[in-house]
Amino acid sequence: MAEPATNDAFVEFERVQKSYDGETLVVKDLNLSLPKGEFLTMLGPSGSGKTTCLMMLAGFETATHGEIRLDGREINNIPPHKRGIGMVFQNYALFPHMTIAENLSFPLEVRKMGKSDREAKVKRALDMVEMGAFGGRRPAQLSGGQQQRIALARALVFEPELVLMDEPLGALDKQLREKMQFEITNLAHSLGITTVYVTHDQTEALTMSDRVAVFDDGRIQQIAPPDQLYEEPDNSFVAQFIGENNTLMGTVKEIKGDQALVELDDGEVIDCKPVNVSAVGERTRVSIRPERVEFNKDRLQKGAHTLKAEVLEFIYMGDIFRTRLRVAGNDEFIVKTRNAPDQVRLKPGEQIEVGWLPQDCRALDA
Amino acid sequence: MSDAADTGPVLAADGTPLKRSLARALRVQKTRALLLIAPLLVFVLISFIMPIASMLFRSVENDIVRNTLPETVPLLAEWDATSGELPGEEVYAALARDMIVAVNAKEHTKLATRLNYEQTGIASMFRKSGRQIKKWDPVADAPFKDKFIELHEGWGELETWKTIQTHSSTYTSGYFLNAIDMQKTPEGIQAQPENKQILVKLFIRTLIMSLIIMGACILLGYPVAWILANLPANKANLLMILVLLPFWTSLLVRTSAWKVMLQQQGVINDVLVWIGLVDDANRLIMINNQFGTIVAMTHILLPFMILPMYSVMQTINPSYVRAAKSLGATNWTAFWRVYFPQSVPGIGAGSILVFILAIGYYITPEIVGGTKGVFISNRIAYHISSSLNWGLAAALGTILLAAVLILYWAYDKIVGIDNVKLG
Repeated sequence: MAEPATNDAFVEFERVQKSYDGETLVVKDLNLSLPKGEFLTMLGPSGSGKTTCLMMLAGFETATHGEIRLDGREINNIPPHKRGIGMVFQNYALFPHMTIAENLSFPLEVRKMGKSDREAKVKRALDMVEMGAFGGRRPAQLSGGQQQRIALARALVFEPELVLMDEPLGALDKQLREKMQFEITNLAHSLGITTVYVTHDQTEALTMSDRVAVFDDGRIQQIAPPDQLYEEPDNSFVAQFIGENNTLMGTVKEIKGDQALVELDDGEVIDCKPVNVSAVGERTRVSIRPERVEFNKDRLQKGAHTLKAEVLEFIYMGDIFRTRLRVAGNDEFIVKTRNAPDQVRLKPGEQIEVGWLPQDCRALDA
Repeated sequence: MSDAADTGPVLAADGTPLKRSLARALRVQKTRALLLIAPLLVFVLISFIMPIASMLFRSVENDIVRNTLPETVPLLAEWDATSGELPGEEVYAALARDMIVAVNAKEHTKLATRLNYEQTGIASMFRKSGRQIKKWDPVADAPFKDKFIELHEGWGELETWKTIQTHSSTYTSGYFLNAIDMQKTPEGIQAQPENKQILVKLFIRTLIMSLIIMGACILLGYPVAWILANLPANKANLLMILVLLPFWTSLLVRTSAWKVMLQQQGVINDVLVWIGLVDDANRLIMINNQFGTIVAMTHILLPFMILPMYSVMQTINPSYVRAAKSLGATNWTAFWRVYFPQSVPGIGAGSILVFILAIGYYITPEIVGGTKGVFISNRIAYHISSSLNWGLAAALGTILLAAVLILYWAYDKIVGIDNVKLG
């Protein structure tokens, strides 16, 4: 996935490798470039190398090999305090012995800024996160969400062009997290800051980012805008990791341009879009999103292949219905349907036929 | 809001006030807890609180004169010491009766020792007189005044009687006055003669040297604690063993080792001479003085500084320093503005521990301190085991205890005891 180094790249990783023990590589071959103003999320399971990448960018870890560039300048050997990168930490890292205002004033003080300038900037930063009245408090006197905002304000108060965030919302409850997701993206876009955001929460990644880089095993598996990532995963890992996914195992029977025929393990044949397969006879994992499965024949293309299915379970979830089917020997085949007035509510034991558009059914690596 | 809450005390379901119900419910629990700690409580009371209380009491207790001379003391109280005349015959007669009893019970030597603290020479006078008084008869041998003066001319001196009168009260401030180089004389409170003024100097020396030792421990211990807290666990464990190693060696052995190291023919001097830094004729004197005490005690007390520092530093999340650096702070600024303030509670705890231990230290100054490097505790030990002036030892101990408590209080006022963390 080597991207060509473009001139407008603001942050660039080129062939970056990282090893802690000299035996295994945590980051294997990282190539990444993002333009100014982009909100990029590094998403991946723990141990996938995403946080290491962030720490290398911040300067707390050194790259074992390769080059990291910021605004065209190589920063491998520049210490963290000279990089001018704002950072929001997982536990916020607000200095407990300082008041909120002192916390925010700290980056300005070390930059030898005058007192009146400092005060004005601190006030503006606090107002920006709607915490203007809290300057005199100590971090321990604030709630998790408030601390989060202060951490954000502190990372932005010295007006860095690049802000790194390391799972900043991990400690918040669901409602607050959703609110903060919205606030952070708004703030980042309105200030035009380039943001690199690390999370293992895919919803967060999808809702906040301009682009998402999915990490696994020290490599970027796919880097794409959220909709593309979700709808057109490049490989099985991305398909499994992002969102819910139905998989059926089979063998490629025929490939014709943008269409492929796959014979499933129980002998049925379906139409697919070949993504990761190239040869007839290759094993493949076919992936279909639950909301793209259709059992109303009127809505299916003429001549589309359909599969027999037995309803195992019907779960009412309010906004959607979640129906568990047995399809081609897979007991965990899920269909999601919208709770519309004319929507059919299937009953366990019913025999139906399911189908989908060929482009929604992606033949990936096994 | 329920109606009950508005109109009066909250009631339990059966109508009794909720507070009383709660107290009843908790009583069993409380009793059980008390019974569980009772053995320890009794042990501490008997083995710790009571001895300390009796020690404190001993510093003001002075009933020996009154108990040994029960008849003499009330009569002597009426005597006007400023009149310039010796007490009357009735006082001498009472003294004779008291002494006969005391000599037979062999109590008079204790009294002699007590009074000798106040007036040197009184002890021998009592002992010499005692041998004769034993043969007297309280009725047949009267009058006694001349007989006493004949026995020992001291009995005819005003000073003797003044001393007995001054120190015949049941409680005395005399020991405390002695402890701060003052004395209680018949003419009132006066400073001790200059050649006997050593205790205040010793107190001040103890305080200053304890502070120096504490400071040395902070300077030496802080980097070690920092490394301990920042190393990976397996390496930190090894280093921790090295820190704790001195704990497993006898205090006496360690102190004696310093003696070997520091003496004029010792390892350090030998090395310095061999390198050529020091002339063989002018070997450094590093033992039997304050330097020796400071070096040896810093070494011995260092773990008490490192351990609390380490446990506080362990709780400081490394992301604070990272955050400071990402905000633009240099390594030094990040340390000084962010890390150090958070480690202060550890320094406070270690300092209190080391200072309080140092101020009462005895063995090490005794072995390596010579005469110039000894502490007040060595003087206390001397008075307890050699001079047997327990009252003075108790007074010195009480002052030491008070000094520690005052310093602790001052620390609480200035730094706040909440800021002290032992772990």
